[in-house]
Formats: sequence, structure tokens, C-alpha cells
Amino acid sequence: MLWEIDIYPAVGQPDLVAQSIASDAPDLGLDPNFQIKTARGYLVEGHFTEDQIQDVANQLFADSVVETTVVGMVGDSKFSQSPDADTALVHVLPKPGVTDAVAESAHQAMTDLGLNPSAIRTFEKYWISSLPDDQLQLLCDKLLANDSIEEVRRGALDLQELGHGETYQFELLTFEIRNATDEQLLKINTDGQLSLNLEELKTIQQRYVELDREPTDIELESIAQTWSEHCSHKTLAGRIEYTDENGTVFFENMLKETIFQSTVDLMKEFGDDNWCVSVFKDNAGIVTFDDEINVAFKVETHNRPSAIEPYGGANTGIGGVIRDTLGTGLGAKPICNTDVFCFADPNTSADQVPDGVLHPRRVMKGVVSGVRDYGNRMGIPTVNGAVYFDDRYIGNPLVFCGNVGILPKDKSFKEVQPNDMIVAIGGKTGRDGIHGATFSSDTLSTDSEKLSGGAVQIGNAITEKMVADVLLQARDRNLYTAVTDCGAGGFSSAVGEMGEELGAEVWLDKAPLKYDGLTYTEIWISEAQERMVFSVPKENVDEMLKLCESENVQADVIGQFVPSGNLTLKYGDAKVGELSMKFLHDGRPPTIRKAEYQPAETTTLELAETDHASDLKKILRSLNVASKEWVIRQYDHEVQAGSVIKPLVGIKNDGPSDAAVVRPRLDSRRGVVVACGMNPHFGDFDTYHMAASGIDEAIRNCVAVGADPNRIAVLDNFCWGNTDRPEMLGSLTRAAIACRDMAMVYKTPFISGKDSLKNEFVDTRNDNKRIAIPSTLLISAIGQVNSVDKCVTMDLKEPGSVLFQLGLTKNEMGGSHWSLVNEKSGGSVPTVDASKAKSLFEKLHSAIENELVLSCHDLSEGGLVVCLAEMAFAGGLGAEVNLESLDAGDTPSEQTDLIKLFSESNSRFVVEVAKPNADTFKQLFADDEVTDIGEVNSSDRLAIQSGEKILIDENIDELKACWQKPLAW
Amino acid sequence: MKPKALIVRAPGTNCDEETKYAFDLAGADAEVFHINRLLENPEIGKQFQILCIPGGFSYGDDIAAGRIFANQFRLYLKDLIYDFKTNNKLVLGICNGFQVLIKSGALFESEEQEATLTWNESGKYDDRWVDLETANENCVFLKGSDRLYLPVAHAEGKFVPQNDATLANLENAGQLPLRYAAGIPAGLPNETHSENASDASAISAQLSFPCNPNGSTANVAGLCDPSGRLFGLMPHPERFIDRTQHPHWTRKRDLKVGDGLAIFTNAVDYLKS
Repeated sequence: MLWEIDIYPAVGQPDLVAQSIASDAPDLGLDPNFQIKTARGYLVEGHFTEDQIQDVANQLFADSVVETTVVGMVGDSKFSQSPDADTALVHVLPKPGVTDAVAESAHQAMTDLGLNPSAIRTFEKYWISSLPDDQLQLLCDKLLANDSIEEVRRGALDLQELGHGETYQFELLTFEIRNATDEQLLKINTDGQLSLNLEELKTIQQRYVELDREPTDIELESIAQTWSEHCSHKTLAGRIEYTDENGTVFFENMLKETIFQSTVDLMKEFGDDNWCVSVFKDNAGIVTFDDEINVAFKVETHNRPSAIEPYGGANTGIGGVIRDTLGTGLGAKPICNTDVFCFADPNTSADQVPDGVLHPRRVMKGVVSGVRDYGNRMGIPTVNGAVYFDDRYIGNPLVFCGNVGILPKDKSFKEVQPNDMIVAIGGKTGRDGIHGATFSSDTLSTDSEKLSGGAVQIGNAITEKMVADVLLQARDRNLYTAVTDCGAGGFSSAVGEMGEELGAEVWLDKAPLKYDGLTYTEIWISEAQERMVFSVPKENVDEMLKLCESENVQADVIGQFVPSGNLTLKYGDAKVGELSMKFLHDGRPPTIRKAEYQPAETTTLELAETDHASDLKKILRSLNVASKEWVIRQYDHEVQAGSVIKPLVGIKNDGPSDAAVVRPRLDSRRGVVVACGMNPHFGDFDTYHMAASGIDEAIRNCVAVGADPNRIAVLDNFCWGNTDRPEMLGSLTRAAIACRDMAMVYKTPFISGKDSLKNEFVDTRNDNKRIAIPSTLLISAIGQVNSVDKCVTMDLKEPGSVLFQLGLTKNEMGGSHWSLVNEKSGGSVPTVDASKAKSLFEKLHSAIENELVLSCHDLSEGGLVVCLAEMAFAGGLGAEVNLESLDAGDTPSEQTDLIKLFSESNSRFVVEVAKPNADTFKQLFADDEVTDIGEVNSSDRLAIQSGEKILIDENIDELKACWQKPLAW
Repeated sequence: MKPKALIVRAPGTNCDEETKYAFDLAGADAEVFHINRLLENPEIGKQFQILCIPGGFSYGDDIAAGRIFANQFRLYLKDLIYDFKTNNKLVLGICNGFQVLIKSGALFESEEQEATLTWNESGKYDDRWVDLETANENCVFLKGSDRLYLPVAHAEGKFVPQNDATLANLENAGQLPLRYAAGIPAGLPNETHSENASDASAISAQLSFPCNPNGSTANVAGLCDPSGRLFGLMPHPERFIDRTQHPHWTRKRDLKVGDGLAIFTNAVDYLKS
């Protein structure tokens, strides 16, 4: 029997879902006068009486204070009685197999009540009137449901039962490749969504000719997963012949010889004081923190899934990176999250959005709520991030999710021991995300939305929280020798990596399934979320399983790390695959890729004397600069109670902090500092300077709040266009070289990284027009402070104190926000003088350590004037500034005011110092590093002059309103 | 003898560690137990003098915040709650713990759920600091505090009573001891932030967002039982123990200790006296 429970807001209670739909509908160009009424509901299958169902509706499903229910058998006419004439009824249900976390919890809760349903499913119900049919369809497709995970049913529900999957009949499948032509090989590749290239296919073919047999489907899939761009980084860790203005260089392994090499060199230089613990090998990079613990940091991208289904993509993005730190060493405890997003303008008109692409506003809302719902439920504060806008992200939005964790020093390394058992814990396996690894290694197109639906997953944060709870207990009881998470490639990557040195035998029929019908290959490559794999010594298996059971965490032995050198896959008694680990991990044929750097054309930027105040306001209103409070407040940024410097600071808790500071241990004063830097617009000029600027920005953000510049580590995330094209790979290689150069001078090691290539959208319905994203390098920094009590924030503190600018202003307006808002191009992009910067950062740090600094803010988008405006309105204080004594480098004299106000030269800060300390402060710096520019006052005006000439005289509340309004959704 | 505090966590609870830290700092001896341990053997809960349900997303807030955890208390741990009610012990629910307490009926004389905490008027999760004022001396946990400045972080915190009569009864029984208050969001201990601060003895005029961050009826931020020993609140006192947790600590370097600590020390002091 299938029962239905509809739950409506009670009379007098707001219908919040309806309100939210009504506010989003204008984006679709819908007639604003339509009416909508909503309900949420449950389908409950089982042998119950109506009284039982009514009782469970009252006790469990509905809140009688604010809600009313309608209860009966599915199909009963009471469910489709329209409240008004001319009203359409729409149901939205998760598609079969899609994670329905609420239904899972409801199932457990009903069982707790002594009722045993055979299945539960949730749905949303909408009554819609005064909307023409074509607009109704649009509303359903674009707002109420996402076709990749949900189905829309118009009219009364006519379900008889809830699906339970089909029984699987075992059948061993092989591919005939030994005698295949190139054409046939490529067809096998395309049909199987393997994303291999011809050379790789031929290597596999040769291998099976030698073995004198055909590969099974699971063998071919395993190879494809392991060799995928997503898992092996075959492009950047491959052979590259790079040509630039200095000639041609040949890299055997590009990343290893640039970024990684600089870390190796720095570790040598640090000698006995080396503070890097584990770099570029584990799931996250690890550095030392105090006498007892180390700190781990990882940032991942989850771009493709987020383009198709923003909520689920971002949700599983943050879920995945949290599992990365949980699976680092013997397990790190997550202490904070970061999130950085790149979107097209959310105000893009609906008809400008290519087919097959979701509207950027919908992408942004979905991504933000995906990160929110997962991060908040995990109990991990999201403390730092950025949102960047450029229309070239329309087909490929970028979603970077980061996680910091702490772990005991003696738990920082793992080593699988021969004959350890393979134990999988957490979520069950379903068809979720099949081919996610190979899908994320391909270019998106208009049709991706349809083809790749299977690659989209929805997370269940509580399952992961439960996994984290038992993992940390098991770690402290020394129950296992190694752990990793199931990410892209699922069990195939996790077991494949863990068993690389030894070998492994996997019993696929032992993996717990969400529903029947999965083939052995689907079990092996499924990317179902919230699963982790452990190697557990035989004698500890019982205790491990018992611990999991005590907190209702699914745990199963699914194989053994047999020291055979082979990966052996079994389903019941049948052997379904056997691969040598050596071939799997080292058999991929090296490819040599050409990379060419072509300098962008240099053009001069026309610097017109515009109205400075109106430029300032335009920049404050520009989306990259505007307040992200709407995003930040939806994240719990204070859970775990370690929050020292919050993302929003100042007298009204709404100023933009440079970096976050968190105390990971409540009984200690030592703090972790987290910040980021990213300048995609500079990449249009030169990716070397873009990378250098990003690194400088990430470091100076950390230094601005008090981090020790000699204890900052950074992470790289390259998101690029299609690097099969030599100029794309060239601009990336150039950025990697910059990373190496900068790391060496700043003495800031890179400790982990991840890339996402081929971020291009092909509009198959518009002449195959290609849209490549701007070259985007995110630098995430993790710093440390000895005592959080010395940290500073960016809001002005005291009338009468003195303002200094630190660092040199140069004629560097290329890619600046001044040129963006004035729609100008050309100019020189900001460069970095790293050794000067390093020395300045150290001096500033000593000033902060000596408690000479009241407030400090870095100069970035919008330059000095935006920096001053933000400091003033965050502190609720005015300032009187005179730029006359400020140097402006080689700027022609008629443009010096403009350059001083708006140039985005790197390595600069504004610092507020109490008057009595001003001289002491100034003496710390060389003459060309520090300039006294003005004073803080208790007025409500930001007044900037150059000599006698008034450049800006604005009310700070008005400036703040400009800055707050654009994204105050 | 240190009073013993039991902090109960369920799948999805996530403020247990900092809540334990706050109780320990206040002079209690706190332990964290998984709900399964209590369900297996409810008797072990009776060794404790304080029962605390901390913040988080028990069972994912699936169905409704706190509902599933509340049902477990209502159906299987009735005896344990009765032990705390009748033996002069204390019960504290913070955020999700408040949602659990209110939905289990434990805070009402009738033992039926007479009010609820439902979706914020904004329809979304919100993390912000709020000014609070205490309304009476009935609540053990709020002794000596007139005003508090604490963070809220929730999606379902809007207090709604069944009807006007319920609200009046709760008010008359002294069960509404904590209200969102007017004032610039710049609170510091014992500092009144606004001339408009409402009269603490009467049901205050409905404040608007962001002072009342979720649209709670009568600005209710916390609810206690008639004895004042069982108390639930939406704000997070465990997040303002240390001076550096205050959003303006860099502006007020002389700040010593967080407002939230008083809630935990009041509990310990009550049990010691």
C-alpha cells in the first residue's frame, strides 16, 4: 500500500517556499502575477491503517503548531482537489536512485516508532494558477526541478509503488580489443565514456595481446579511471615542450620540476627548521603547527557537476574535500572550510544564456546553498572565500572548496600492511556519479546537461559527519594502518591507490548497495558519496566494525591487501578482473605536449581624468568588490568556537576581513590563518604576473591580520581552458613557472594542488562557438600566529590615529577595476618585486607583534581608495587623507592622482597607528616603503586631497550602501 | 565536588566539544555520550546533575529541526527527563538542543508541545550576533545577567506559540526569560545599547530583523520550564567564552571574558549551593 502525507503551512503561517519561487521567477521572464501555493510531502509504502498514518503524520512529519496535513492513499481525490479553479498541480520527486536524505532519516524515525515502512520518498507539491501553459513548463524545468536529479509529474500522482531496483543477473562482459582497428578502439572509448586517447587505447591493446586474452569491462574501466586526467593529472604531470620568449624548455614532469621542485628546495633550505611535513603526496598537504599537532590543507575543484546541478555539485564538492582531509595521514579533524566561486554576471538576461546552460543566478544560488547545507551540517565553520565574476564563466562556473584539518604529529603518515583487510565505511553504493572522473576530464557542451546526468550526485552530510565521528575514534584507538576517501573513481581509485605497492583482492559482492541491480563494474566505479576505505589489521577488524555499529555507521569488509602485486576483482566466486598494479599505475604511455607562450598584445590604456568619486562608487558596486554578506551569513562561520577573526568585521560586523583566524584548540592561543588570492583579469595580460599577483595577495592577506610571513604555506588550483591547445598549455606552464619563482623568494612552500583543465563550453546550437574561461589560478594560503591576542582587523579604530600606506604605487592599471568599470582595456599589469615584498611583510609583521598596529588592510581590487573606503565604513569613522607625499613611480605627472587612487600595484597596505606610536612604527621601514597619508577622525566622511586639490569627499554610509546593495539578495 | 554534566550527541550534533569545554571551564565535570549509549541504558544518565543537548543538526534536521531527536527523548527517555525534573537537576538545550527540548514537550507543564521553533522569516540559515535581554530571575541559567551579546546560527529558530493564550500563560509563569533586544549590534557585557531597550517585565513590542533575527513571536529567544531549571535558547553561549570570540574584540582590547560563560557558571553555582 502506498500512502501519501501532504503538509501545508497552517492558516496564518507564511508559505516560504512560495515566496522564494515568486522572488526568483522574474529571472525567467515569467508573468509576475501568477499565484503559487506549496506543500511538502512523503510517500510511505507499507501495510498500515489510515489511523496509523495520520498518527505518524502528527507525531513525526508535521509540526502541529504551524502546519496542517492531508493524509490518505495515493490517488485519493482529496490530494488533487484544487483550492481554486484553473489551478495546475505539479509534483516534483527525486529521480529513482538519487539520494533522498530526508526519506532515509524518515525511514529510520518511523522504524523507531515501531512502524516498518518498506520504502519512503519525499516530494514537493505546487498549486499554480494564472500562468499560461508554456510559462508553467518553463517554471517547472528551470526553477521547480532540475532534470538531472528530479522528475516533474503534472496532475494527480498515480504511483502504485516505489521502485526498489531490479535483481541483477551476473554476466561477465569482455571487450574485443585485440584485433580492433583504431576506429573501433575509438568507438569503444566513446561508447564506454572512457575518455582515453588513441595512444592509450593502443597501449592497452598491446598489453592484452601480450596477455593473450581480451580485457573484461571492469579492467578497461579501472584503467580508464586510473589514467583519467582527474586522477592522474596526465597533462601537467606529463612531458611538456614549452616555448616562450626565453627559448624552449623540455619538462619530463612539468609540475614536479616547477612547483614541487621549489618546495623540495625550500625544505632543504629550511634544514633542521623544516616545517613541511607531507607535500604533494597525500590527500592534503601537511605542515607543522605546534608541539603536538600538524595542520593539513586541501582545496578541490568541483566544476563540471556544479555546472549541471549546482546544489548537488557544490554539496558533494565540499563533502569530497572534507573527506580528503579526513583521509590525510591517519585522519585529520576538519576545523574550517573555504569556498571560492566564479560565475557569470547573475544579472545576465535570460535570452543571453546559451542553451544547455543554467542561468548564472540560479547557478550561484544553488552553489551557495549546496556549500551551506553540507558545511553547516558537518559542523565545520566556513571562514574564508571569494566570489569572482566574468561572463566567460557562463558555461563553466568554477567551484573551489577547501578544508583545513588538524592531526596528531604521529598520525601524519599511513602505510598499508600486507594482508590488512579492506574495510569500507559510510554510505552505501548506488549508481551515483558513474563516470564522474572521466566526465570531469572532458569539455562541456550543450548536450552535457542530458548526457552526463548520471555523473551528478547529491550528498548526505550527516552520513559523512557520522563517518568523521567514528573515524577519529578509530584513529585514536590505532585500529587501522591507512585510510583514504572514495572520491572520483570510487572504490577503483581508493583501493587502487592504497594497494599500489602491495596488491589487493576485492570482493565486490560484499559492498553494501543502496538498491539491487548494480553490476560488478558499477559497484567498482560508482562515485556514491560519503564512503571511506581503511586498511585494518585482521585482529582489529571486529573492534572496527563494532565501533561503527555503535554509532549506526555502515561498515563492511570488502577485500584484502594481498601482497600479490595485482589488483584482483571478484564477484562471488567469479574472478571478473585481474590487473598488475604496475601496469595500472605506470603503464600509461607518456605523451609530449607542446606548450607555447604567446604574449598578449600590449596596448596603452587611455587614462582619462574621470570623476574620482563616481569611479569609486562604480567600483564599490562592481560585483567582484561588492559585499558578499549574503553568502557569508548563510554559512556557520563560528561553529567549533575557534573563531578569532571572522569574515565580517568592524563596528557593525559587516566589513570585509582580509583573512580568517581560527584557534583550532580551545585551550591554546595559537591560531591558523586562512586567506586566498586570485586575479583572473590579470591573466588576460600575462599569466606569469597573474600568478605572482595571486601569490602576493594570498600572502599579504595573511600578513595583514598578523600571520608570520615565514610560516605561510600555499596551495595551487589551476582552472584553465582546453590545454590540448599549445597556447593554453603555454599560459598555464608560464603561471607554474611564476609559482616556482615566487615560492623561492617568499620562502612560501606550495604543499598541495589540484587542476581542472578543458574548461571550455561548446555551444553546439550556436555554430559550435567556444567559450573558454579566463585562465584562473586560485592561491589559497594557510598561515599561523603565535598568539591570536595580537591579531588585527581592517576596520578603523580610533579618531586621531595616523594612516600610513606601505609599499610602492606604480603605473599599473592593466586589468584594474578602474579600467573594468570604465570599460577600458590595455595598460601594464601589476608585477611583483618579491624580495622587496618579503622584506616589507616581515617589517609589518614585527610591527603587529609589537602591538603598534590598530588596523591594517591590504590594497587589492580598486586600489588605495577602495581600501580606505572599506576601512572607514567598517570602522564607522571618517578619515582625512592627503596623497601629495605619496610616490607614484614613473607615472606621468598629469595622471598621478588617478594612479595613486586606483592602481592595483601589489604588496601594499594601509595601516592605522595610534599617534603616540607613529614614529616608532615609521622607523621600522625604509623611506620608500612607508608614507604618512592622513588621519582618522570621528566624522562620517572620507576626504582625500592631493595638496589643496580635493579628490574625494564622500559620506561613508553612502559608500557602504553602494558596496552592500548589489548582492544583498 | 564538581557537578557532573552529561552532553548528549546524536548523529549530526556538532557543538558538543565546545559545549563540554565551556562546562569544564565553568567548573563542571562534563562528558559527551552518544544517544545510543543512553537508549541502551537510560540509567547511566541519572548519575549526572546537568543534562545538555548541544547545537548541531541532529539527524540532519531532516523532517524538521530536532524532531527525530525529540521523539527519542519523548518516547524512550521520559524517565530520565523526569529524574532531572524532580530531583532538582538542570537541563540545558542550545540551538538544536532547544529545538529538541521544545518539540519533546519537556519545557511545558502539560508535557505537550505548546509552541515550536520553525523556519526563520527570511527562509534561510543566518549566522549573526544579537543583543539579548533577560526578563526575570526565574531562570537558573540567567541569574545576574541583564543583557547578553551572543551569536545565533540557525535556519529554524522562529518561536511560535500555539495561540495567544499559550503565550500569555508562558509569560505569566515566567517561562520566557530571554528575548532578542533592540540596540546597535555592538554589545558588550552589561552595556545597554539603545535608548529604545524595551521594558523587560512586559511582553515586548515585536522587533524587526536583524534585532529579532528570525521573526520570533514576542522576541522570544529562550524558554524555560516553570521551575526555571530546564532551559532552552537559540543563541550559542558556548561561542562567547573567550574574549577573542567577540566580533569587536580588536576594538575593545580590555574585554576579559565572554558573556556566554555566565550561563555555564550559573548552572555550576546552582548545583554547588
